[in-house]
Amino acid sequence: MTTTTVSQAPLAKALAGRQRYIPAIGTLSLLIAMILVGSVRYEGFFSGQIILNLFIDNAFLLVVAVGMTFVILTGGIDLSVGAVVALSAMLCAWLVEKHGWPPLVVIPLVLLIGLLSGLGMGAIIHYFDIQPFIVTLAGMFLARGLCYTISLNSISISDPVFTDLAQMQIGLPGGLFVSSSAIFAVLIVAIAFVVLHYTRLGRNVYAVGGNKQSAMLMGLPVARTTMSVYAISGFCSAFGGVLFTLYMLSGYSLHAVGLELDAIAAVVIGGTLLTGGSGFVLGTVLGVLVLGVIQTIITFQGTLSSWWTRIVVGLLLLVFIALQRVIGARQR
Amino acid sequence: MITWTRHRLFWPVMLLVLLLLSNLFFTPDFFSIQMKQGHLYGSLIDILHFGAPLILVSLGMTLVIATGGIDLSVGAVVSISGALACWTISQQSDQGSLGVVVMAVALSLGVTALLGAWNGLLVAGAGIQPIIATLILMVAGRGVAQLITDGQIITVNSSPYKVIGGGYLATLPFSILLVAIVVAATALLTRRTALGLLLESVGGNAEASRLVGIRSRGLIAMTYIVAGLCAGVAGLMISSNVSSADGNNAGLWIELDAILAVVIGGTSLLGGRFSLTGTVIGALIIQTLSTTIYTIGVPPETTLVVKAIVVMIVCLAQSPSFRAKVFRRPGFAPPAARPGEPGPDAAPAGPADPTETKAEVPA
Amino acid sequence: MPQQQAILETRGIHKQFPGVNALTDVDFRLFPGEVHALMGENGAGKSTLIKVLTGVYQADAGTVLLGGTPVRFTGPLQAQQAGVSTVYQEVNLCPNLSVAENICIGREHRTAGLIRWGSDRQRARDLLERFQLDLDVTAPLGSCSLAVQQLVAIVRAVAVSTKVLILDEPTSSLDADEVEQLFGVIRQLRAEGVAILFVSHFIDQIYAVSDRVTVLRNGTLVCEEPIDRLPHLELVKRMIGKELEVLEQLGDAAPRRAGTADSTEAPVIAADQVGRRGSVAPFDLAIRRGEVVGLAGLLGSGRTEVARLLFGADRADAGRFTLSGKATTLRTPRAAIAGGIAFCSENRKTEGLIEDLTIRDNIILALQAARGWTRPLPARQREELVERYITALRISPPNPDMLVRNLSGGNQQRVLLARWLITQPRLLILDEPTRGIDIGAKAEIQRLVVSLSEEGMAVLFISAELEEVLRLSHRVAVLRDRKLVEERINDDDLTADAILRTIASGAHQ
Repeated sequence: MTTTTVSQAPLAKALAGRQRYIPAIGTLSLLIAMILVGSVRYEGFFSGQIILNLFIDNAFLLVVAVGMTFVILTGGIDLSVGAVVALSAMLCAWLVEKHGWPPLVVIPLVLLIGLLSGLGMGAIIHYFDIQPFIVTLAGMFLARGLCYTISLNSISISDPVFTDLAQMQIGLPGGLFVSSSAIFAVLIVAIAFVVLHYTRLGRNVYAVGGNKQSAMLMGLPVARTTMSVYAISGFCSAFGGVLFTLYMLSGYSLHAVGLELDAIAAVVIGGTLLTGGSGFVLGTVLGVLVLGVIQTIITFQGTLSSWWTRIVVGLLLLVFIALQRVIGARQR
Repeated sequence: MITWTRHRLFWPVMLLVLLLLSNLFFTPDFFSIQMKQGHLYGSLIDILHFGAPLILVSLGMTLVIATGGIDLSVGAVVSISGALACWTISQQSDQGSLGVVVMAVALSLGVTALLGAWNGLLVAGAGIQPIIATLILMVAGRGVAQLITDGQIITVNSSPYKVIGGGYLATLPFSILLVAIVVAATALLTRRTALGLLLESVGGNAEASRLVGIRSRGLIAMTYIVAGLCAGVAGLMISSNVSSADGNNAGLWIELDAILAVVIGGTSLLGGRFSLTGTVIGALIIQTLSTTIYTIGVPPETTLVVKAIVVMIVCLAQSPSFRAKVFRRPGFAPPAARPGEPGPDAAPAGPADPTETKAEVPA
Repeated sequence: MPQQQAILETRGIHKQFPGVNALTDVDFRLFPGEVHALMGENGAGKSTLIKVLTGVYQADAGTVLLGGTPVRFTGPLQAQQAGVSTVYQEVNLCPNLSVAENICIGREHRTAGLIRWGSDRQRARDLLERFQLDLDVTAPLGSCSLAVQQLVAIVRAVAVSTKVLILDEPTSSLDADEVEQLFGVIRQLRAEGVAILFVSHFIDQIYAVSDRVTVLRNGTLVCEEPIDRLPHLELVKRMIGKELEVLEQLGDAAPRRAGTADSTEAPVIAADQVGRRGSVAPFDLAIRRGEVVGLAGLLGSGRTEVARLLFGADRADAGRFTLSGKATTLRTPRAAIAGGIAFCSENRKTEGLIEDLTIRDNIILALQAARGWTRPLPARQREELVERYITALRISPPNPDMLVRNLSGGNQQRVLLARWLITQPRLLILDEPTRGIDIGAKAEIQRLVVSLSEEGMAVLFISAELEEVLRLSHRVAVLRDRKLVEERINDDDLTADAILRTIASGAHQ
């Protein structure tokens, strides 16, 4: 349950209180080390644009992982995110291209659908006490299945609103640039940070993840919090889906297969405890960047194949889960 | 009649029978089985044949779930198993030699048992939550499979290997016989020894099991090894059927189907009592569903939507709080919230009362 | 004080659960500026009363009055908002949040929806200062000691204008200094006019801090007295229930069973200064063949803890065990079982039976676990054993395929006994085997204990009912405040009165 250490030396106490930062610091060191190794080994690796490209290429993953962070902080999990991303992209492409709906109607609609689907899953999880894993699994089947029923083939997008947004480049000093997606993603991160650390909802998320029973007895709105995190995750997945649409300029049922695993991996590598209650959204950003750098290094290496990404990510997962376990065991 | 409906397998069997019968509307000769060139052909045979890998994976999953665990990595293990066997065979000059195939199969099964042991070590040894522990191999496993196949689809030309998933023996597809053997072996392993009882005990009440002197760690680790082996055999079967190994797509999502089969078969995800027969029926239901959707001409991908609905119905039916809320007995209804007072989240039940329904439900 | 208006009062409270009257016609009063102890044994209705007071349960009949006006809380939050706060034995806070957050969460200071951390921290600091507590409010609560966490829970409870503070066994896991610190806070709150309802099993603590005491027994209110008018012995008698005379009669009626054990043989189990920190102080205890040793003591006195140490369910951190003359370490239940020890836990459902399995499976489980999974009991032997014990213990219905979940309490207890009896243990530990079962089953289990001991089994018999302990035991060990304070032969000199005295005030000097 909790520590029973009665008296500690001041330093030990200060360290004990800050243990939750260890995984995030570990991730940051890892990220810096990987960038350094990459810079030494590969010419042209160390440039501002490479860093920015990490954000550009992983904008959708970043947004999805931010939503996942909320869910995992409460001790839950959301397996439906990849499928919701695909469904959102599919809906965008289908409604805009096949039915001629204006993008400015379609995008809010897609976001709303994501939000509501998350809300529904959250309500089932809370009120009927079914494991989040199985409910979101059903959500994943449903969203993926709906993709297929909409279209079996890829629908490419030529609507100017989408193509303009996709090609938009925002120049930065020093000849650098970012895409609109990256800006949106950073914006979402900023909002998530404020929500998690400066609003009651955010603190309730941590409280529920720390001890749900206590949170109830402390009079915190556990039901509302649980439903909110899944709604947020649903919204973020839909938003990630829109960014994904911008990235791919198409809707396809097989888009974003396995994205949920990447998102979970990013959150865990970012130092969030899978059992809930501890973690930071900025850690998740670091986690996404680590995944991005792994991919970049593998691209630069040339001789390494893409599947090494999965293996390395799996190993990192192992390391971080073991780290969490060790810290958790010490706190017990 | 009443005692029938109370039997825990009544609903799964009914569902399977109904699904099979519904096919008659679309294909009147659905139940006919013909003999062609000494082989039996027919839709029922097809269902068994194509459902064989899922049955295998679900069997292992049943034991894991009985202990209160879960194994997300079986899909990845399926792909590794097939990749390893096909790679081994493809490296030999004489692909058709029986010795080569036996070696490849032995290597694959050995490795998959090791992968299962790895999961078991993390869960039972290190005490990591099963869903988290097996996530590691789920993520890394497909990468390993692609590493083995070098990202290619390895094609083999080996008639002994082809037998496992595509051959015939005594008029039946070999895969059906293989599954029958594995099912029988698992049933013997669990019900002829005390393994099944002890697993159900550990999954049903871990603390009581400790106090009765059961060494649960070894038992739990063993279930993951069995799950790994079952996935290994399924992987061989899948790759043998198409004489090739696709590290990326072989066994994709089979872990989810397997969990679904176990749940439909009446084994609770919380652990405890399990039913191997139920799992086999559950797996057959899923396969029949796919076959039915295929034969009636609906795009096969719609299966996912149906599966989603089935998952939710089965889980809701198993959920005590759902039953409490929907089929609430009037005598036990908590008093309704008075107007103007905060809603459901504001009135939690006490910590010592898991049986107490959450204080207020909006009417 | 009685002239004063009660701040929290119940009138004629009834609460029924299926098959049990948890509370019957309870009139309870709590006044401002007093510390009021609520006492009672297991099943007396203490926690039900607290849950009715805080709105976790709704009373079936009767009213709860706060400051003289009837109220009907729908949950702890409403109760809290009305000024009735509760602090539970298990700290119900979030260990991952900081001290300041635990105090302020749910009522943070905000500007435009955003939490003002600085202001909240200051508020937390001020509150802690009020009780002379010096803490780093930014440290996670989990890094603080349990005592500090308990104090933080109290500070959270009184941070809003609290009129009533309910402390449900706050001292169970604290050491003496920590208890003193807690009492300091309690006294200060009393001085500030807060009404405090204090539940504890430690009699000395009750006398140290309370002004008045209410005793519940079997769901009815036995008495409400100023603490200084109720001597220790009287308090214990009222909790345990039977009037002294009745108890003595029963004691005399039962045959005295002292002195039958053969003291030349090595005891089946001997504990030499065995103890565990925070659980039970080091004790000596030996049980011989054919001997029934009774453990007497109040709820929370350490009865169960002794049993768990003897069974290896908890690991002893001090002392040595000897099993039939051989020194051993009882590190796990498995080791204890191999040594011929069996343990029927008082929590049948959580620590005993596997409710989803059948009677047959539950009965053979211990024997099968000892054999390992590769050597199943042969079917014939299994059926024969199950059949024999179902008949011998009159398990009803006598259907081995019945799920244990569907049995009555008495039959569940019989299944649990059968499970251990087929292992033919040399020592049988029974923790409250007769609680919550009907009177017929109770008498049967008592008879069984006698006949088992006559056949040579050693039995450790734990019960809250002194009558039972006296009737069955050859020797009686008395526990008080987690210490084994006395061990006596059950001869004519040992009376219920003497045991009650020991429970109330410690060993005779």
